[in-house]
Amino acid sequence: MSNRLLQRIGATAFAVAATLGLAAAAEAQTIKIGSFLAVTGPASFLGDPEAKTLRLYADRVNAAGGINGRKIEIVIYDSGGDARQAVTFVKRLIEEDKVDLIVGGSTTGETMAVVPLVEEAQIPFISLGGASVIVEPVKKWVFKMPHSDRMAVEKIFADMNKNKLTNVAIIGGSGAFDQSCRKEAQTLSAKYGVKVVADETYAPTDSDMTPQLTKIKNAAGVQAILGCGFGAPTSITARNYRQLGMQNIAFYFNHGVGSQQFIDGAGGGAEGVKVPVAALLVAAQLADGDPQKKIGMAYTEAYKAAHNQPISTFGGHAYDGFFVAIEAIKRAGGTDKAKVRDEIEKTKGHVGVDGIYNMTPADHMGLSLDSFKMVVVQNNTWKLLY
Amino acid sequence: MKRLPLGTGGLLALAAIVVFLPFVLPNNFYFDVAVKTGLNAIVCIGLNLLIGYAGQISLGHAGFFALGAYSSAILTARYGWPAPLAMLTGAVGVGLIAFVVARPILRLKGHYLAMATLGLGIIVAIVINREIALTGGPDGMTVPAFSIGGWRAVGAQTWYWIVGGALLLAVWLSLNLIDSGVGRALRALHGSEVAAATAGVDIPRYKTLVFVVSAVFASLAGSLFAHADRFLTPVEAGFLRSIEFVTMVVLGGMASTFGGVVGAAILTVLPQLLAGFHDYKHLAFGAIMIGVMIFMPKGLVPSLAMLLRRRPRAGAGP
Amino acid sequence: MSEFLQFLFSGIGNGAIYALVGLGFAIIYNASHVINFAQGEFVMIGGMATVSLIAGGIVPVWLAMPVAVAVAGGIGMALEKFAVEPAALRRGGGASVVGLIIITIGASIFIRGAVEVWLGKDFHRLPPFSGSEAIDIAGAKLDPQILWVLGGLAAVVAGLKWFFERTRFGKAMLAASHNRLAAQLVGIDIRRVLLASFGLSAALGALAGILTAPITLTKYDIGIMLGLKGFCAAILGGLGSGFGAVLGGLALGLAEAMAAGYISSAYKDAVAFVIIVVVLILMPGGLFGAKSSERV
Repeated sequence: MSNRLLQRIGATAFAVAATLGLAAAAEAQTIKIGSFLAVTGPASFLGDPEAKTLRLYADRVNAAGGINGRKIEIVIYDSGGDARQAVTFVKRLIEEDKVDLIVGGSTTGETMAVVPLVEEAQIPFISLGGASVIVEPVKKWVFKMPHSDRMAVEKIFADMNKNKLTNVAIIGGSGAFDQSCRKEAQTLSAKYGVKVVADETYAPTDSDMTPQLTKIKNAAGVQAILGCGFGAPTSITARNYRQLGMQNIAFYFNHGVGSQQFIDGAGGGAEGVKVPVAALLVAAQLADGDPQKKIGMAYTEAYKAAHNQPISTFGGHAYDGFFVAIEAIKRAGGTDKAKVRDEIEKTKGHVGVDGIYNMTPADHMGLSLDSFKMVVVQNNTWKLLY
Repeated sequence: MKRLPLGTGGLLALAAIVVFLPFVLPNNFYFDVAVKTGLNAIVCIGLNLLIGYAGQISLGHAGFFALGAYSSAILTARYGWPAPLAMLTGAVGVGLIAFVVARPILRLKGHYLAMATLGLGIIVAIVINREIALTGGPDGMTVPAFSIGGWRAVGAQTWYWIVGGALLLAVWLSLNLIDSGVGRALRALHGSEVAAATAGVDIPRYKTLVFVVSAVFASLAGSLFAHADRFLTPVEAGFLRSIEFVTMVVLGGMASTFGGVVGAAILTVLPQLLAGFHDYKHLAFGAIMIGVMIFMPKGLVPSLAMLLRRRPRAGAGP
Repeated sequence: MSEFLQFLFSGIGNGAIYALVGLGFAIIYNASHVINFAQGEFVMIGGMATVSLIAGGIVPVWLAMPVAVAVAGGIGMALEKFAVEPAALRRGGGASVVGLIIITIGASIFIRGAVEVWLGKDFHRLPPFSGSEAIDIAGAKLDPQILWVLGGLAAVVAGLKWFFERTRFGKAMLAASHNRLAAQLVGIDIRRVLLASFGLSAALGALAGILTAPITLTKYDIGIMLGLKGFCAAILGGLGSGFGAVLGGLALGLAEAMAAGYISSAYKDAVAFVIIVVVLILMPGGLFGAKSSERV
């Protein structure tokens, strides 16, 4: 190893650093919205539609002239669903890209990992993560868009009460989203008089859940199953459930399965499964007077036209996050971080695809339980129950 | 070709880079990348002793890295231990584990050894993923700041100097080890195990020694990583992370202490550069891995060194 | 009893998948002493290509599967030609074991990246070949698709046996695996053997992917874990032994299902790796591997 070589390496390192620095030169006039999303990896079903939605609507707003004459620039990084990657990219968004606010964080894990950073940097952050822990206790700079997984479990337990089902078995994956749902179910069970009699886990890569379902089938007195999860394993679980002839046990899933893919993947196994979802998924079935109908239909059309893919509820979170941010910037008359934060907190009666947002200093989510709809799978599609 | 002056020259050059780099790093994000580069480099220096000098493969070093990191994190966060003690305990624990598994595992050859180390690494990753009460599970856990007495190590710039110092120390240790009798025995072992044994080299002893040293390097880097980033997820223990370490070593150059450093620098900076390519970044990353292995099978540092040597005017070359 | 039977069916079904992937490892290892970490990717390509061909209406449904297998075989040969061969057969000594491992891992990342970009990140399902109504056997339910997978496995094993024992080229491949130099001396073209081994095992992987897609569903990233489990199966059976890989795969599948059923489903994924580490420590050549002696 020669010194000369090391000099070269050193020079290359300097050159790389310098190039990165140049790329960072920010344009002062644009509004910079930063985002980190799980575009790839196990949670890509969340991050992929979220990223597409953000880009789609940024383009639309820009085509219409921008906000107060200022164009929007979106900076998206792919965290792969890993909370540590998210930390690195949020540092980059804050330090390097100098974004005005952040809309992102597909998962709860990513969101919680970056909360200390955004609080320290004092930058408004609208999370797309699910768990209630994101806004409980309230953090000054952190907001969140989707219904919490606690609300999903509450909606399911309320439905079980209505149908007099008390003995519940849980089946879910080992991932963060699944674990959070499982934990909420354990804590909420007493409140709703529900008893958890079995709890089975599968790995995200498992392709056969019959051993777990067999154990549930043979557990004494199971009346209902609560599925906690998302993606391919949920479809396989539903398919195995049907193959094992367990239809006498009611089957609920949490909102992680809110897409047509779940139904198609289960190959008929999802018939009769009940799921609490955002109104977006059944926008066409809403009553004509429902304020969410129009906006939900419009988003569905726009997304389909742009990407030739059916919508999922997850892209809807990004839609709401984007417009809550845009409205706040409009009201604040600029991108002053403190002012924007205050305006986000004052969001009132904002009709989004997830529901109607009414934020307060004590509630940084602003959705109520009735914006969640209970749906059932019927003839290979979602049917609105109530 | 004299080895010691060469190593010393490289060490001084590396020290110069560490000292002068902060003048061109524009903001904390770059310091953060530099810190990660340094920590990966420390792991690679240890791993290179095993792969490059002893000729043994390990596809499970992320397991040791994560054990070190989680020992520090859990002992300080859940049990309130002082950070240096937690770090030391982690290193000793990992050293012991490595020592116990070394003999039976290092008896294996080639792909069997690859499988066994891979299996151990994955088992560690699965345990960290499942033991949520202790590790926070897939969501990860926050780690308290590294503190000695009343002094707390926080901020990317502080960590830059801590990791920079640790990196130089690791390079110095590695160079000395290679230059000692152990190094000569290792080289003999890499050449031909049977010949080395015939010449009276106690092979299992040296293999075990190198395995333990490389595991402890990984563990210490893991501990520093946990405190520097203040956040830890099981991804650090994963199969792909192990592969990343091995790729850094091979990319930079096997049997070259500085090769590990260069490999770590490239593979830590590259994903940040590729982040702008969005959907195409995996495609690009895979292509680069294949390309380098085909065109520079010995790794960057040895290949470039050879290129320079071939040039007639490269008088300063080794 | 029905409970045990149910776990047994689940184990055999998964085991057959691991066995098919493991077979692919064994074939390539035999011909080239390369462990192909992209083997799992071929399983994914089989499923994803079939789904896309059908969805895109590019070829009729009955033709989609053979085309997908051929596509995978072609990609396998391209991998050998453009990535493995330049490194493995380089003048002045081939690449090291580690170098080749990194190349095939690079290839797996590359293939995943390509599928992610061009075919998307959604998961898909192929319709089952003969309905999804489960067959009732003594109170346990058997997915009819598992019979297709087992049938496929049996056909592949029989086909390979015939190929390696009865055909000229198969015998040449076998000879090359025993002693490459001697094989070259008797006029066997090593390059063609390598090319064929990658094409063959890629096609096998794709077939496995198609047969199992109705059960496991398919997605751009399913290859990672399948590849690792297949590698476990191949090592457990003793590297290079096709028969061993099949037994190894079935054993792993059964152990996982029984562990999930009777011990804990949370640690199911660790079972394969615990078994492999323990077996390797006790029997360094795998369960069915021949004892090898180091040449000096």
